[in-house]
Amino acid sequence: MNEMTPPTAAERTEKLQGMGCRRKRVEDVRFTQGRGNYVDDLKLPGMLYGDFVRSSYAHARIKSIDTSKAKAVPGVVAVLTAADLAPLKLHWMPTLAGDVQMVLADGKVLFQNQEIAFVVANDRYVAADAAELVEVEYEELAPLVDAFRAMDADAPVLREDLAGKTTGAHGARKHHNHIFEWAVGDREATDLAFRNAEVSIKELISYQRVHPAPLETCQCVASFDKIKGELTLWGTFQAPHVVRTVAAILSGIPEHKIHVIAPDIGGGFGTKVGVYPGYVCSVVASIVTGKPVKWVEDRIENLSATSFARDYHMTTEIAATKAGKVTGLRVHVLADHGAFDACADPSKWPAGFFNIVTGSYDFPTAHCVVDGVYTNKAPGGVAYRCSFRVTEAAYCIERGMDILAQKLGMDPAELRLKNFIRREQFPYQSALGWEYDSGDYATAMRQALEKTGYAALRAEQRTQQDAFKRGETRELMGIGVAFFTEIVGAGPSKNCDILGIAMFDSCEIRIHPTGAAITRMGTKSQGQGHETTYAQIIATEIGIPADDIMVEEGNTDTAPYGLGTYGSRSTPVAGAAIATAARKIKAKAQMIAAYLLEVHHDDVEFDIDRFRVKGLPEKFKTMKEIAWAAYNAVPPGLEPGLEAVSYYDPPNMTYPFGAYICVMDIDADTGVAKTRKFYALDDCGTRINPLIIEGQVHGGLTEAFGIAMGQEITYDEIGNVKGASFMDYFLPTAVETPHWETDFTVTPSPHHPIGAKGVGESPNVGGVPAFSNAVNDAFAFLGNTHIQMPHDAWRVWTAAQKLGA
Amino acid sequence: MIPGTFAYHRPASVAEAVALLASLGEDARPLAGGHSLIPMMKLRLAAPSALVDLGAIAELRGVRREGADVVIGATTTTAGLIASAELAAALPILRETALVIADPQVRARGTIGGNVANGDPGNDLPALMQCLGAFYRVVGPAGSREIAARDFYQGAYFTALQAGEVVTAIRIPVPPVGHGWAYEKLKRKIGDYATAAAAVVLVLAGGRVASVAIGLTNVGDTPLVADAAAKILTGSTLDAATVDRAVAAAEAITAPASDGRGPAAYRTKMAGVMLRRALARAATRATH
Amino acid sequence: MAKTHVTMTVNGQTVEGLVESRTLLVHFLRETLSLTGTHIGCETSHCGACTVDLDGQSVKSCTMFAVQAEGANLLTIEGIAHPDGTLHALQEGFREMHGLQCGFCTPGMIVRAYRLLQENPNPTEAEIRMGISGNICRCTGYQNIVAAIQFAAARLNAPALQEQAA
Repeated sequence: MNEMTPPTAAERTEKLQGMGCRRKRVEDVRFTQGRGNYVDDLKLPGMLYGDFVRSSYAHARIKSIDTSKAKAVPGVVAVLTAADLAPLKLHWMPTLAGDVQMVLADGKVLFQNQEIAFVVANDRYVAADAAELVEVEYEELAPLVDAFRAMDADAPVLREDLAGKTTGAHGARKHHNHIFEWAVGDREATDLAFRNAEVSIKELISYQRVHPAPLETCQCVASFDKIKGELTLWGTFQAPHVVRTVAAILSGIPEHKIHVIAPDIGGGFGTKVGVYPGYVCSVVASIVTGKPVKWVEDRIENLSATSFARDYHMTTEIAATKAGKVTGLRVHVLADHGAFDACADPSKWPAGFFNIVTGSYDFPTAHCVVDGVYTNKAPGGVAYRCSFRVTEAAYCIERGMDILAQKLGMDPAELRLKNFIRREQFPYQSALGWEYDSGDYATAMRQALEKTGYAALRAEQRTQQDAFKRGETRELMGIGVAFFTEIVGAGPSKNCDILGIAMFDSCEIRIHPTGAAITRMGTKSQGQGHETTYAQIIATEIGIPADDIMVEEGNTDTAPYGLGTYGSRSTPVAGAAIATAARKIKAKAQMIAAYLLEVHHDDVEFDIDRFRVKGLPEKFKTMKEIAWAAYNAVPPGLEPGLEAVSYYDPPNMTYPFGAYICVMDIDADTGVAKTRKFYALDDCGTRINPLIIEGQVHGGLTEAFGIAMGQEITYDEIGNVKGASFMDYFLPTAVETPHWETDFTVTPSPHHPIGAKGVGESPNVGGVPAFSNAVNDAFAFLGNTHIQMPHDAWRVWTAAQKLGA
Repeated sequence: MIPGTFAYHRPASVAEAVALLASLGEDARPLAGGHSLIPMMKLRLAAPSALVDLGAIAELRGVRREGADVVIGATTTTAGLIASAELAAALPILRETALVIADPQVRARGTIGGNVANGDPGNDLPALMQCLGAFYRVVGPAGSREIAARDFYQGAYFTALQAGEVVTAIRIPVPPVGHGWAYEKLKRKIGDYATAAAAVVLVLAGGRVASVAIGLTNVGDTPLVADAAAKILTGSTLDAATVDRAVAAAEAITAPASDGRGPAAYRTKMAGVMLRRALARAATRATH
Repeated sequence: MAKTHVTMTVNGQTVEGLVESRTLLVHFLRETLSLTGTHIGCETSHCGACTVDLDGQSVKSCTMFAVQAEGANLLTIEGIAHPDGTLHALQEGFREMHGLQCGFCTPGMIVRAYRLLQENPNPTEAEIRMGISGNICRCTGYQNIVAAIQFAAARLNAPALQEQAA
């Protein structure tokens, strides 16, 4: 081998670092050297700092706010209250869920730590001092903390602004604390299935309120240029274009004069999608003061006031035959939305895509009702890798199937295999209205069972149970099985929109004369590695090395409009736009190549990094040569240049799936559970970068572990929020976090240009039921049906005591 | 996130520190590792008007033998306790306990003096010091004195320290060679305070307990010495029935808070479980 | 309140500034010295994103006042690479093994791992996990961070082989 030997096809492919490669991340170069560019790293001349005064109470009328002492502190430039925002009509703002929320407390407060005033000073230390000096006089009101009491006849009135409004954004309201009722499926057929059921189960399965807690909190810098009339807003925005459009609508500043930039983001997990009071107040403060204003929330503020996730109480019923075939699913959900409905769902979906709750199973009929209610808690609900309530749905059905298996005396894996949607049934129309694109569940399940030695684990468990009963051991073994199907890639314009904007996504690619390229998308990575993976797609599609492709996201002036990154939508939607744009470029490249090679464009074919004449492979033009030619020798009738843009409206969602198996050893005397083994098989269709997929799975499983085993944001009886600091909120360290074994199958999506489905949220979706099923499984032989999450040691111990363990 | 303002002083000697604290008044606080005080200041739960940083006072750091005792300077860091060969040999339980305090970075700055002096019921060393029969050397405007660890804790954040007094050293009588020891701590994760923890130091002779001391952490608003349980165990072979009675006696003196770690009833039972496990481990380490 | 003059060594250079007594060391680094690589993730001293190396120990710079660091010798993420600009084995290892995603915990994690390997050049997996237990990561699940540190340890322990290969 020497310089004269032409590289082989394998070598040329390797050089591209395209799809399927474990390409090292481009982002790492700056992050490992402390050269990331996060919002709080921004320092602008004359920049001011904003800090909130927050409510001590969960529910109270505001009698007065005295800002005089705060304003007198040297260095304080302004103190904003609702009264200051009202003339601009910004004291309230619309939410993504069709509700409105207070930006600053207007007459009353509705949750502890709600924003009351915004102090603006020339130094963040001064702002903190001044915030302490704002005096608020409250008249306490009876708080509503128990969602199950929200619709009692004598429940306190929370939303006085909705007085008399018997319809909301999603239809009729049944009570002053009721938000919406969302029903889907066939009630009559389902009720009939239950009346005729040979076996059925019914269980209240609750998914506790948690918070994603990315390591970087929410923050922004707003800078209004009075002379140009232009607003520049840097922020932790997973959907920067949406923020720009919302900012234009709210502020009246024309959209072309608003520059929204999302720089590096330190984790999002869905908390950085919505528009928060901090952003609005910073913008107003910048307009009022004429200076840039930075707002950085601290951790307690983040955990207690800035969004939350889950808080779903799911009464779950499954009907089945004695032989174990499911015949119906009926679920009622009580959804605790907090004080305002600020769920970041697509607008027609007040309960997200909860109707994926039939999961991986062939239910002939199902019916589901979700009632959303207001309580005196922080607003939010959709976050934490939930894919729009899919985490809740997956937990519901996966726990339900285990409970059914127990009642039938069947092995949980066997019950699942018996009821899986079969490969031949795809595309599959679910009883609750989704068309699943592709899947091969039985193969994945069998692979998981074989790789984990499932039969031997069950045998070991039986031995352990006997020993426990004889008093020879105080350890219990639990095996948790979860087989999830989730729904991502929001979404088709026919049913998905955010505030009326369809949920397409976009990609623009421009090839430079020397064969390098720049590309921009409407999504925004917060750690998912788009700068690395998106280039891999283009490299394979067009034949330019990924290292020669610059990927940019997050600057709304330059990136084509997109709906952002959440709900695992980047690969399914933007990934498709990337492939489509790339193919437009490839089509033009083909014409240029044919022209250069002096043949008809049908007589050339694409080969890794070049076009060659069919039948004469030694006659070729590399993409580098074609790029150069695009700028000086295009065929007559074609414009110079080599670029394309694509806006992709997906025809359907995508449906990744997986088989997870968790083995736990539980100490009955302390309730401490140790994860002995966790195996995760994911099928996300075509795999762009296995290294990154594995990282996403590790991270999502770790979140799931935290959720299942100890995370909760709770409220005491008067609405004081508990657990809202890292002292108590269970974030596992490297010591508690289990070792993860990852595996995969590949079932491409038939409707996606590269067959990819997305994977980011799957591990949280499937992980929580796997952990929870393991804990529940450990106590099943003692008669346990369901222990509520989180499975922290004291709860496990208490359950064990009740079961006589 | 941002503390209030304060005046900062960094004296070079104990005498200077004591004089400063006296002159600055009762809103002044000594600063050692700062990993209890500074987090409280950042949440504005503590707002001292002045801090007297003890970090530059060389004589306050270090481990030495004084006859039958080990004397540890108050600003010796937790990491310093772990690294001390002297302590590893003479007082292995101290090293074991230090290793379950907080995390590596906090151990690099947190001090033994800080851990024992502020009366935080969650701290691990107070119960251990009581179990070991340690004494705190204290210097104040009125001079020096020694306070037994067993007499030091009066309530949550309430100690026998008078205004202007500073703990300068901890004197620990070295347990006999061949003693058994264990610190068993149940916690939710690394860095957490104890759900419940038990310190046990015992001496076995002829297969029987010649002496035993038991300290319990974070199951009351002060560290607890389980004297009744110790009495029950003394003279026994640590047989199951006797251990059961001792565990019941230990549980009976607990009054834990209900919090995220669990309800009081659970934490009391866990104190019992930790005691049981600490006794078992201590027994395996003792030479009979 | 009157400001105090502080001076210390950061990444080999003498630096100074005027601070309040209450100015946190992490703010002195980020705001006065513009070394924004060290991050802030909480205010209760749990997350470790602010970890720096001070006088040979890993410390949480959010839980110290700048005045306490008078005369100290500090190393931050900006000083981890070699003087000639080549990356430290840890920086290579984190990239090689995909030990980061959003990058926010990474500076604190690398600076902590640096001191860990100085103290224990050949740690077991359990020792690594215990060693980084003061640093929270929300993205990676730690597994690849452990692999990155193992990669670096192996690289640092085999300099003779590296010289031979060169």
